[in-house]
Amino acid sequence: MNCVMNLDSVVAVIAQQFPNRAIDVRQVRDNEVHCEIAADALAAFALYLRAERGLELWLMAAQDCREFEACFRVHYLFVHQAANWFVHATVRLAQESPTVESLALFSYPASRFEREMFDLLGIVAAGHPDPRPLVRHGFWPADYFPLRQDARVPDFNDDGRPFPFGEVRGEGVYEIPVGPVHAGVIEPGHFRFSVLGETIIDLKSRLYFTHKGTEKLFEGHEPKDRVELAERISGDSSVAHALAFCQAVERATVTPVPDRAKFIRVVLLELERIYNHINDFGAIANDTGFAVAHAHCLRLREQLFRLNQEIAGSRLLRGSLCVGGVQVDLGNAADISRRVDAVVKDFDEVVELTLANTLVVDRLRGTGRLAREIASDHCVLGFVARGSGIDIDARRDHPFAAYDRLSFRVPVFEAGDVEARTLARVEEVRESAGLVRQAAAQLPEGQLRSVVPDAPGDAAAFSVVEGWRGAVSHWIWMRKDQRLGRVKIVDPSFLNWHALSYAVLDNIVPDFPLCNKSFNQSYSGNDL
Amino acid sequence: MVVTAFLHGLVALLVAPALVGLIRWVKARLQSRRGAAPWQPYRELAKLLRKERVVSQHASWVFRVTPYILFGTTLVVSCLIPTVLAPTGVQVFGDLIAVVYLLILGTFWLALAGLDPGSAFGGMGSSREMTVAALTEPTMAIAIFALALPAGSTDLGQIVRRTLEMPTSALGPGHVLAFAALFIVTLAESGRLPVDNPSTHLELTMIHEAMVLEYSGPYLALVEWASALKLFVFCVLLANLFVPWGVALSANPTAIVVGIAAVLLKVAVIAVALAVFETRVAKLRLFRVPELLSASFVLSVVAVVSAFLGR
Repeated sequence: MNCVMNLDSVVAVIAQQFPNRAIDVRQVRDNEVHCEIAADALAAFALYLRAERGLELWLMAAQDCREFEACFRVHYLFVHQAANWFVHATVRLAQESPTVESLALFSYPASRFEREMFDLLGIVAAGHPDPRPLVRHGFWPADYFPLRQDARVPDFNDDGRPFPFGEVRGEGVYEIPVGPVHAGVIEPGHFRFSVLGETIIDLKSRLYFTHKGTEKLFEGHEPKDRVELAERISGDSSVAHALAFCQAVERATVTPVPDRAKFIRVVLLELERIYNHINDFGAIANDTGFAVAHAHCLRLREQLFRLNQEIAGSRLLRGSLCVGGVQVDLGNAADISRRVDAVVKDFDEVVELTLANTLVVDRLRGTGRLAREIASDHCVLGFVARGSGIDIDARRDHPFAAYDRLSFRVPVFEAGDVEARTLARVEEVRESAGLVRQAAAQLPEGQLRSVVPDAPGDAAAFSVVEGWRGAVSHWIWMRKDQRLGRVKIVDPSFLNWHALSYAVLDNIVPDFPLCNKSFNQSYSGNDL
Repeated sequence: MVVTAFLHGLVALLVAPALVGLIRWVKARLQSRRGAAPWQPYRELAKLLRKERVVSQHASWVFRVTPYILFGTTLVVSCLIPTVLAPTGVQVFGDLIAVVYLLILGTFWLALAGLDPGSAFGGMGSSREMTVAALTEPTMAIAIFALALPAGSTDLGQIVRRTLEMPTSALGPGHVLAFAALFIVTLAESGRLPVDNPSTHLELTMIHEAMVLEYSGPYLALVEWASALKLFVFCVLLANLFVPWGVALSANPTAIVVGIAAVLLKVAVIAVALAVFETRVAKLRLFRVPELLSASFVLSVVAVVSAFLGR
């Protein structure tokens, strides 16, 4: 993002294509075009960007502005993946019965965002093909929209209505309900299998059992006081979420981050990626019954946790980032890199041992295939996408921190099965070790953090970080008093969870845990 | 005779939990983990026996009576097999047919109990267990037939005595093939890798554990103890039918002590072998399990044929 793109032509064309409908079209920062769109031109605008310009919807953030503007705002962020530029369009809606045109008919992410938006803010997406509740559970009163400014926590009562699961009928078809409480120590999620014999013919997952109001907890606070909250959005992605949050604030306030801090951020993010991928590899092997690999991966993860503890005083690297830079310095970067290399070398041996076992490979290969078309229709992210032949990685596509000065490969596998997702992790661990090595070698001297200036009031900014699960996005809106007005968080799990239902089709029930583990999506990051 | 049966039952009851514990401990060591001590299963049984029973309101008498039937039949089987003693001239019990059918009686009731409370996992486990049992029970019978044929009797004591009389027969093709078949049956019947994973918490992958998922407290203790007994029975059959040396032929104290020491040693060796095997393999995909079991069935048939021709 060091190079400022010239988006004048885009600005001109949008203004020309949508006269009077697109207003205030202007370039903001390096690679963003911001504009305001009339509500009735939204679908046409999105279709135009998609068909003519190749931009896809990246995220949607709705906002209750009735207190100071007597309207709701809905922000749409469109991305051009290949050329790394964004269009940020805002729609203003009347405060009585706010309604937007649904984009769900041509964008799967929009379908999810719109359902979430209705449940949390009561903004209707007109023409949505599947307007069932997503976040909302039966206990919420019909007029309770928790992200509205005037929302008061009501008494929650069971209304007794079951969730309208799609039913599969036919001779010999039966349902297996699993969860929301599971045998392992994991978060709640309900999975409903329709099964013929042992073959899965349909899977519906119902998540969102623990709405925590995370996004609302950001509101009204100074950004520097909410980094800790960002770290706790999804425990295993502490660095990724905290970094996405800090970068979003830095972009809103136009804070220059010192070089040394940028390199340290790379090291921290890669350390998080390595320990999670190693842990997942062991867990996948364990689900095939190959417990040796699991035991060794846990041993290696423990070594990395202890390294994290030494670096940041936290096994999950919490408290290491701040707005404007980093809180921790790397005392002996060469030593850290050497220890990471040693762990990865050890891990390579475990991988070799595991993949040499034909019984293990037989379980992984061909299991849980996510076809490339389905993956791209769902706009999946991270290793789930890269396991299905989709070449995306925010570190390369939308460079942040110091990634534009480091070299790394983005491993892509075509098969889309559990094996592909497993191998993608293995390759990424090796690349991450390389990144740590380079960052440690090139670590420049200098400040760890810079002073954060005031943001221009009523300013929106966003940031994308490639966490270990995939792209983590934070969109923030700063109030005039320099406090956070609205924060929208998108964990990759939000888009990846649903793809699991497709990956398991035609697999057998006892292979589901393996498919699920190969996705390993976050409940907490999804259910904010 | 009654004393013999009593002795066998007592040895089985006392040793079976340690056998499970030993396998777990060896597996843990092989995975570079410290692991719980081999006597951990005794603590677990003691704990479960003290806990309350939680029974689904949808469960019927089938659910309540099954732990006793399962435990009872398995205990009777462990009384019948020649664990320590195979005295001459006693042919009233210890019959192969009785052993096989008593074992399957327990399995049958357990499958019913899996279906009874109406939970999705129980039914799933029962269906899978029946698929496996349909292939393992005949294999077990036929594998032992390969030994019964030369012995001219389905009495297990007679089979032991015949092998002791003709030590060379223990290396005959009939014996070796039947041993391989029975080893695979042991893995399947006792819910071990690569057929079932005894240490998983994933309900959807379970076979045996899915059936017993609804049990708690003393019921669960009985079910767990019964499956330990079953594992012990299979290990004893592997040990004493194929390598019968050490089994006491008369009831004098020295022979009995030697008999107990011999069976413990042999079973421990088999336990370590099971643990090593389980560490080396991964769990088979469910639909591959019948292939493995069919292979063991073929082995047992070949064993019978070669025993018949080599007679």
